[in-house]
Amino acid sequence: MSVDFLIAVLITVVGASTPILFAGLGELVTEKSGVLNLGVEGMMLVGAVAGFATVDLTGNPWLAVVVAAAAGALVSMVFAVLTLSLSANQVATGLALTIFGTGLSTLMGKSFTGHGIKAFTTIFPDWLANDRIGKVLFSYSPLVYFSFIMVGLVWWFLNRTRAGLILRAVGENDLSAHSIGYSVTGVRYAAVAFGGAMAGIGGAAFPLVLTPLWAEGLTGGRGWIAIALVVFAGWKPGRLLAGAYFFGLLGTLELYAKASGTVFTALLPSEGWAALPYLATIVALAIISASKAGGGNAPACLGKPFIPST
Amino acid sequence: MIKLNRRNFIGGAAAAASLPMMASKATAADPLKVGYIYVGPINDGGWNTAHEAGRQQMLKALGDKVQSQYVENVPEGPDAERVLRDLYNQGNRLLYATSFGFMDSAVKVAQAYPDVTVEMCTGFKPSSNNNLSNYNIRFHQARSIFGTMAAMLSKTGVGAYLGTYPVPEVISGINSFTIAARKVNPNWKTKIIWINTWFDPAKEADAARALIDQGADVMTQHTDSPAAVQVCESKGVPTFGQGSDQSQFGPTMCKSSSLDLWGAFYTQRTKAKVDGTWKPEDTYWGFKEGAIDIAPIVHVPDDVKAAGEKIKQGWIDGTYDCYAGPIKDQAGNIKIADGAHATDGDILGMNWLVEGVDGSLPS
Repeated sequence: MSVDFLIAVLITVVGASTPILFAGLGELVTEKSGVLNLGVEGMMLVGAVAGFATVDLTGNPWLAVVVAAAAGALVSMVFAVLTLSLSANQVATGLALTIFGTGLSTLMGKSFTGHGIKAFTTIFPDWLANDRIGKVLFSYSPLVYFSFIMVGLVWWFLNRTRAGLILRAVGENDLSAHSIGYSVTGVRYAAVAFGGAMAGIGGAAFPLVLTPLWAEGLTGGRGWIAIALVVFAGWKPGRLLAGAYFFGLLGTLELYAKASGTVFTALLPSEGWAALPYLATIVALAIISASKAGGGNAPACLGKPFIPST
Repeated sequence: MIKLNRRNFIGGAAAAASLPMMASKATAADPLKVGYIYVGPINDGGWNTAHEAGRQQMLKALGDKVQSQYVENVPEGPDAERVLRDLYNQGNRLLYATSFGFMDSAVKVAQAYPDVTVEMCTGFKPSSNNNLSNYNIRFHQARSIFGTMAAMLSKTGVGAYLGTYPVPEVISGINSFTIAARKVNPNWKTKIIWINTWFDPAKEADAARALIDQGADVMTQHTDSPAAVQVCESKGVPTFGQGSDQSQFGPTMCKSSSLDLWGAFYTQRTKAKVDGTWKPEDTYWGFKEGAIDIAPIVHVPDDVKAAGEKIKQGWIDGTYDCYAGPIKDQAGNIKIADGAHATDGDILGMNWLVEGVDGSLPS
């Protein structure tokens, strides 16, 4: 295996990991505030179609990212009103959001099927990516670099800022946070909106970077992987980054193993390669829950409706 | 004005109840109602778009002799039976079930209603009421044209075929592609990936990248979305689309596409039902009957184009058959003897890969 081949694998891995990293990061912040939003897949699809439509109509991929984030945040508000203001069940409402987002994106995308758009190209000048090191560092779409920046920002926000502390307090003990005067519902609205915006960008990564076309169900169930990823990462942004790339690597390895023919498939049948991400999830969850913290990273108020007594 | 009392009411109700009977006596002159179910949206740009185009062609050809309705996005499985029964209850007496996964539902509905006629696409089960036929088209024929051109365009002698599920329809396409390519280049290798989904554009694109990164410098695919064609366009790898003309997604690199043309079949079978001459008989059409064609061959050298068109002509006049023996499988065993040809049954049940395919069937 040559170095060039490994670089080619790496580039595919980065592409496959970026959407679930965005969506997972948004869901992480939402869950940290104590809200479980299972509508990630629906929000990703709405972001995807909004992003595609924007590029198709205006030709501007940067604007498409903004529109996709706004669209994702907007549909997440349907969930927020139902669960936060009306105290509806979060699991059921989240599932409904996924179904709603899938249907809405299909309807919105009807007139865009069969169009092709120009994918996001790299922001760096071509000469930077001429040699191998340059290729590894500089040959990606802007969304990839943005996802790394967001991981850092989310970590900094949650662990080093007062606002992040309030958000975590709301997620750990909503009644205490409420009793010392913080707006639990307000903080959660903001967290849900952020989750929606990130899912929207994650969804938009499909038409903007990976497959410059619109098709129904374009995200192919990756919203669910993003939700699993948050648990996998123990609600820690750094681990989420590693987890997203781990999932991307396993999914990509499966394809490269099959393409290389008999060598890899003799090691493990192709069904085994396809099952690897899920086996790895089980193993990781087992290790996490066996550790001393006992998987106790989950926000204490996760999924519980907050009904202030006064 | 009629005064509404009990006697009048009962009389009126009886008259109303007899109305449908009278109406059904009059059906000889009424148009035949024809129902279609599709597994996906009609604008998917592939499989379902092709079936819908066929339905439109049938409607145009038969005019006011028929009325037709369709239901799209019908999930394969028990839901299909509900939709088919619903179409029957709305008066449709000829039903087209256009996806493999509808087979069991289609057979059940055919068994349940002796007066319905069912045409089942890519199926193989009969109905004891003698009111069900299976139909299919010879998808593998276009693949031998692409295999020939792929081997002529390739520099590395390695091509790729992006497979969905290891079912006979896909396997016979891979074999046809490889056999034709090896006639041009005896050392030809076809790399394959099974992605185990009909539709996941991002995975299709990643699989296409994986195949290209491993040395394939020309490829084709059996997937429903044009994602792989887009990857090939961006990487400068010649490719061939399937189901409909996909050149808009690969303006320079999509050299041709296979086209499924169901219209002539739908017209013929629907007309037979209208005329009362419909009999259960399985249909398996190809280039010769106009059920398969290819989009214009573009952006290739003249000799490559000529070679491709020669094979197409061979299919039309019956002088070419990709499955003419001797043909060996991957292990080197003779599967089709010298001088023999694969039968329709062999092709429709194909479960082995030919020599030259670099990859395996999931066991």
